[in-house]
Amino acid sequence: MSAHGQHANDSTGEVFGLLAEFETPEQITRAACAVHDAGYKLWDCHTPFPVHGLDKAMGVKPTILPVLVFFGGLTGVTLGFLMQWFTNASSLKAWFFGMVRGYEYMISGKPMMSLPAWIPVMFETTVLFSAIAAVALMLVFNGLPRLYHPVFKSKRFARATDDRFFVVIEARDPNFDRSTTHTLLETLNPTSIEALEA
Amino acid sequence: MNEPTIDNTFEDPCQRAPLVLNHTEFASVTTAICQANESPRPPRAWYIAFAISSTLASLFGLLVLYLIITGVGVWGNHSPTMWGFPIINFVFWIGIGHAGTLISAILFLFRQKWRTAINRFAEAMTIFAVICAGTFPVIHVGRVWVVYWLFPFPNQMDLWPQFRSPLLWDVFAVSTYFTVSLMFWYVGMIPDLATFRDRAVTKTRAIIYGILALGWCGSTRHWHRYERAYLLLAALATPLVLSVHSVVSFDFAVAQVPGWHSTIFPPYFVAGAIFGGFAMVVTLAVPSRQLWGLKDFITMRHLENMNKIILLTGSIVGYAYLMEFFTAWYSGARYESFAFINRAFGQHAWAYWIMLFCNVAAPQLFWFKRCRRSIPVMFFVVMCVNVGMWFERFVIVISLEQDYLPSSWAYFAPTWVDLAMLIGSMGLFLTLFLLFIRYLPVIAMAELKAVMPEANAHPAGAHGSADDQNGEAVS
Repeated sequence: MSAHGQHANDSTGEVFGLLAEFETPEQITRAACAVHDAGYKLWDCHTPFPVHGLDKAMGVKPTILPVLVFFGGLTGVTLGFLMQWFTNASSLKAWFFGMVRGYEYMISGKPMMSLPAWIPVMFETTVLFSAIAAVALMLVFNGLPRLYHPVFKSKRFARATDDRFFVVIEARDPNFDRSTTHTLLETLNPTSIEALEA
Repeated sequence: MNEPTIDNTFEDPCQRAPLVLNHTEFASVTTAICQANESPRPPRAWYIAFAISSTLASLFGLLVLYLIITGVGVWGNHSPTMWGFPIINFVFWIGIGHAGTLISAILFLFRQKWRTAINRFAEAMTIFAVICAGTFPVIHVGRVWVVYWLFPFPNQMDLWPQFRSPLLWDVFAVSTYFTVSLMFWYVGMIPDLATFRDRAVTKTRAIIYGILALGWCGSTRHWHRYERAYLLLAALATPLVLSVHSVVSFDFAVAQVPGWHSTIFPPYFVAGAIFGGFAMVVTLAVPSRQLWGLKDFITMRHLENMNKIILLTGSIVGYAYLMEFFTAWYSGARYESFAFINRAFGQHAWAYWIMLFCNVAAPQLFWFKRCRRSIPVMFFVVMCVNVGMWFERFVIVISLEQDYLPSSWAYFAPTWVDLAMLIGSMGLFLTLFLLFIRYLPVIAMAELKAVMPEANAHPAGAHGSADDQNGEAVS
């Protein structure tokens, strides 16, 4: 497994970055440590499955997602309560796609504010809002859906969802230099190195 | 049937049993799982199954149309048995769905790695079962065209739903459950859809799977948030699934009908749902692993694990049946005691004894390892459970026949529409399932690869000896 740089220098246009291919989770983890230590910021690893410990090796900061999902849940429980209180226990008027009015339902002589009876619906709205927040924010933070990405131009990259592990160092990175970055990647013993068109 | 030669049901305390047999390379796993979806034609058995199930599904559609045109009188429902087959079928199908969430969410939280081979199609089963389940209450309201009245939407009549009613809780519980299950299923599928996209040989496949995969490129920064979101979804789906079937049981338990008004209902319903759902997972897993060549992934160990859960939850259900009788006797309530004696010896006693045989007696075979590992025996038991769990809901709903007032007693008999709709809903379920195994990734490939010993990223030499042995045992 020696490095083959034949693709690295044949591209004349602007490059998006350099793509190095590895065969095992061990290799990509070692490569990630090396690239991280070299001080790169705009780079990424592409793997067919989440390689355990790779995000730590890359120095990826923990995501804020759980905190935001908590607020999603809080929104859900509040809206669930307000909806039931307004529609079943108040006679207030409010604007909700037109003027609407609450109605005080008197059922079996129970108090208007029947909190125990409202808990199931409040629970469901909590879960619904948290789950939608988790999925939607995950996609937003990941910048998905994004159907085009420079890595897709590489034929080799099709195996990133199969059995190969890739490191991409972007040309926008201040530390990026075509030849030194190439040398760094070469020392990591990749199966191939390729320049990606921008 | 030739099973893989390695026996991974054998417990060796020195090493973990392999979850993937005969594959040591990620690429061969991908190819083995994708080939059935990528082959231009599915096996002949698929066509036959699809022809039958889609015919039944069409029958279901036509019957719904007939019902809407004619009215709910086409069913056997009458006073006092107002609920009849539609609610029996509703509870039956929603219960089936719960095993999917159990496998995908609860086993995920417990770090049960064996779930990875079966979670995808168990989740698919959840979605399709909830579709079947949701249809029945909707058509049961009679005037289907005003079913949106169930939701609190602003209207000129200033009319709101009544939130103190368990039936309305159900609307929120089931619709939330469907939405969350669908998101969970889809989010889990994104990396595998990307695999399909990257392997596509035709333009159509590349475009369709490309759109569905949302441009997933396996970035570690993406994986990091993705895994967090997936964990959060699992943590949310776990209490959700328990709440959904508890709310379904409130439909009964909050009413004052003898035989229904009981605090044991929520846990008893949840255990029953998981029991029935696992039986359906095994029912679907046994033929699909055969047909789709997935025996290396859905191994005998997976089936045996599921059979153990069936034995456990079946015993919980059996205990609940016993406890109901005890409570009826111990309460000293005459109506309650009558309801239970009537269940076992009354006009529908045959249904009660079918239920008892199928749900309590049949799973006892699973105490024996030989039975847990035999395909014919396990198929017999899970078919019993499928039937038994339907009869359990039948027995509960039919308690309506004889309530407090003897002058209103009646005998419930289903009509041909009732029976044809039950069979038709099975057709709808199987049609959706067959389309799923043909067009979508049946096994969570990304998750499965991550539990293979080869995915362990520790540098060479730092491997635990158990891991090394494991790797050898697989090859």
